[in-house]
Amino acid sequence: MSRLTVPKTYKLYIGGKFPRTESGRSIPIQDRRGDIAAHICHASRKDFREAVEVAAKAAPTWSGITGYLRGQILYRMAEMLEGRREEFAAAICVTSSVAIAAARKEVDASVDRLVCFAGWTDKYQQVLGCQNPVASSFYNFTIPVSQGVTCVVAPEEPSLLGLITLIAAPLCAGNTVIALGSQKHPIPTAIFGEVCQTSDVPAGVINLLTGKRADIVEQIATHRQVASVSAAGLNKKERITIEVGAAESIKRVCLSTLKDDGWYDARLCASPWAIEPFVEMKTIWHPSASH
Amino acid sequence: MEIERTTNNPPEAWEYSAAPERFPVSIEETNKLFIDGKFVSPKSRKWFASTNPATDEKLADIATAGGADVNAAVLAAKKALPKWSKLAGSERAKYLYRIARRIQERAREFAVLETLDGGKPIKESRDVDIPLVAQHFFYCAGWADKLEYAFPGREVQPIGVCGQIIPWNFPLMMAAWKLAPAIACGNTCVLKPAETTSLTALRLAEVLQEVELPDGVINILTGAGDTGKHLAEHKMIHKLAFTGSTNVGKMLMRNSAGTGKRLTLELGGKSANIIFADAAIDQAIEGIVSGIYFNQGHVCCAGSRLFVEEPVLEEVIHKLTRRMKSLRIGDPMDKNTDVGAINSRSQLQTIEQYIKTGVAEGGQLHEANNQQLPSRGNWCNPCFFTDIQPSHTIAREEIFGPVLSVMTFRTPEEAISRANNSPYGLAAGVWTEKGSKVFEVAKRLEAGIIWCNSYNQFDAASPFGGFKESGFGREGGMQGLKPYVKLV
Repeated sequence: MSRLTVPKTYKLYIGGKFPRTESGRSIPIQDRRGDIAAHICHASRKDFREAVEVAAKAAPTWSGITGYLRGQILYRMAEMLEGRREEFAAAICVTSSVAIAAARKEVDASVDRLVCFAGWTDKYQQVLGCQNPVASSFYNFTIPVSQGVTCVVAPEEPSLLGLITLIAAPLCAGNTVIALGSQKHPIPTAIFGEVCQTSDVPAGVINLLTGKRADIVEQIATHRQVASVSAAGLNKKERITIEVGAAESIKRVCLSTLKDDGWYDARLCASPWAIEPFVEMKTIWHPSASH
Repeated sequence: MEIERTTNNPPEAWEYSAAPERFPVSIEETNKLFIDGKFVSPKSRKWFASTNPATDEKLADIATAGGADVNAAVLAAKKALPKWSKLAGSERAKYLYRIARRIQERAREFAVLETLDGGKPIKESRDVDIPLVAQHFFYCAGWADKLEYAFPGREVQPIGVCGQIIPWNFPLMMAAWKLAPAIACGNTCVLKPAETTSLTALRLAEVLQEVELPDGVINILTGAGDTGKHLAEHKMIHKLAFTGSTNVGKMLMRNSAGTGKRLTLELGGKSANIIFADAAIDQAIEGIVSGIYFNQGHVCCAGSRLFVEEPVLEEVIHKLTRRMKSLRIGDPMDKNTDVGAINSRSQLQTIEQYIKTGVAEGGQLHEANNQQLPSRGNWCNPCFFTDIQPSHTIAREEIFGPVLSVMTFRTPEEAISRANNSPYGLAAGVWTEKGSKVFEVAKRLEAGIIWCNSYNQFDAASPFGGFKESGFGREGGMQGLKPYVKLV
């Protein structure tokens, strides 16, 4: 007699907890043969608003710790992901047509991406900021500082690498994040919360939602506590929704045009110029006795 | 604290003889559009009058650029783009250096024109605006052949045709802030100055002809909001840069949605100026005055919310009142004038309405300076309000005039949270002699520019721009190049 398996219930990740959606809804996920592979949470607007609450509350903590510590936490995430390499590769393959070898490559790239950003947390300030040689008796310098809450709309594919690339940049900058994972391939997003939870990420710093873009995109665009939006793979309608909604509170919007192999290019994905859209430049003047 | 009230009180206003700036500046009766290197009559066949806000006298007729004119200017910029963007950076730089030099050589003419047209004191246009214009071109010139060092690891390309819309408070300076980085990075431009202050931008066009800037690299279109709308919505511009009100900024953002146009917005502010009890109070008073009364308060980063630590409130009010009595208000062309004319009748009405609202909501109005204001022109006595709560209209909304709201605080924590309690985040001032406090407060203020023990300092090498609803993108400094480049 074959053993009855224990299928996993995929939940949201909000405020360091794994709640089901408050809406009580789920979406069946089909595997590549068309069979029901799992049910994932169908996050509601209220789930999103709750995530914004906790992310906003966590923002001073996350931006207040040192870059060194943020780097260690991101590196810990890479360690935990590395340790679950096979699980994540399998998760990618559940719904996607990619071969297991390609899925492993995506997980490896995701780990490397986290490591790369872990290294930037205490360095991008030195690349993006500077001292300004003003023509008067002032000491003047410009430093990049965090924005607050960033919302991420991850691309459909690569479901894991896209998610991690888009969340790592604002996290590196000291922002807290709410990410809506790939709609077609949600399982890697759904289990990535377990990596976060075991990596000393303070509660509320990373929040992960699964569900339907159409339900949440407008809320992301118009929520006043959201400082910036990072999104990839939007259709024209979603793009306009985000850009029009962002005008309400002058959100910063960063729409990625990365495709296919572009996600594997660290020069494009993990340079200081990937972090720069998620900082504000603060310029400080102080009198000095001489120029 | 015992405050000396009897000694050191100067006469309420020193009697000075008039000291008018007499440098002669000719103004054409009709001023055409600058398109493709030539001054051309508007296809719209419409003109509007520009007046001197200090006298209500008409200065000139200015062309109104209509849709067809905007189109012609954008096409000229597009035509000029391939050659300009491929020109060696070192050669582009030389054009900018030439512009800077010609502005220095014609500095007094520009200063006089700026003051006649806009109402700001000649002291400011001569010593602040025009020198900064020259510096901005000189500074950006040097970047033109060094862009790869500003963006390590990337190849730098221009964005393309830039539409640029600027306000009336620092007319030529805003033109320089927009044009200099744009053309240094290899873009071409269509610039629209504000309708009340077109003259210096058009005079700049003469300089562009003098330095033989290739035709179409910079085009200047005069007109009001409709002209700006035509420009902002033109399909062939790749980038839109705007300085002005937050409401218009939001509209531009909405209208640009889905077009792929890049945006830079430098919008409104309600900046906090925080005076701690351990500040050098006399210096802080100077900072308060320059923070809110510089350029009649027509400054997006004006320190319009003053937060004073309770123990020194009485001293600050006393000294501020005394200092305000010495401000000289009147003829902007007089070299001793500190506060000039309000830029337009409509802006004056806006300011007066805010003052009425301030009184109606329970604020105590202080007009320390009771000088006789000229009978013609647009004038507003510099003033401040006490008994103001953060919820009062004048403590929340941008007035863009010489009106200060004074509030108090007890702890640094309270000062920071009250300062940050605004949808804006452009600038802030912090006054304390304690080094650790000044930097801790500066760190926690949500604003793009923090002036520690100073206020309203500007420099081409120093990035300017805000957080939150004060806009995004920076102007000036190395960071000010980013809005004008594509990184590949």
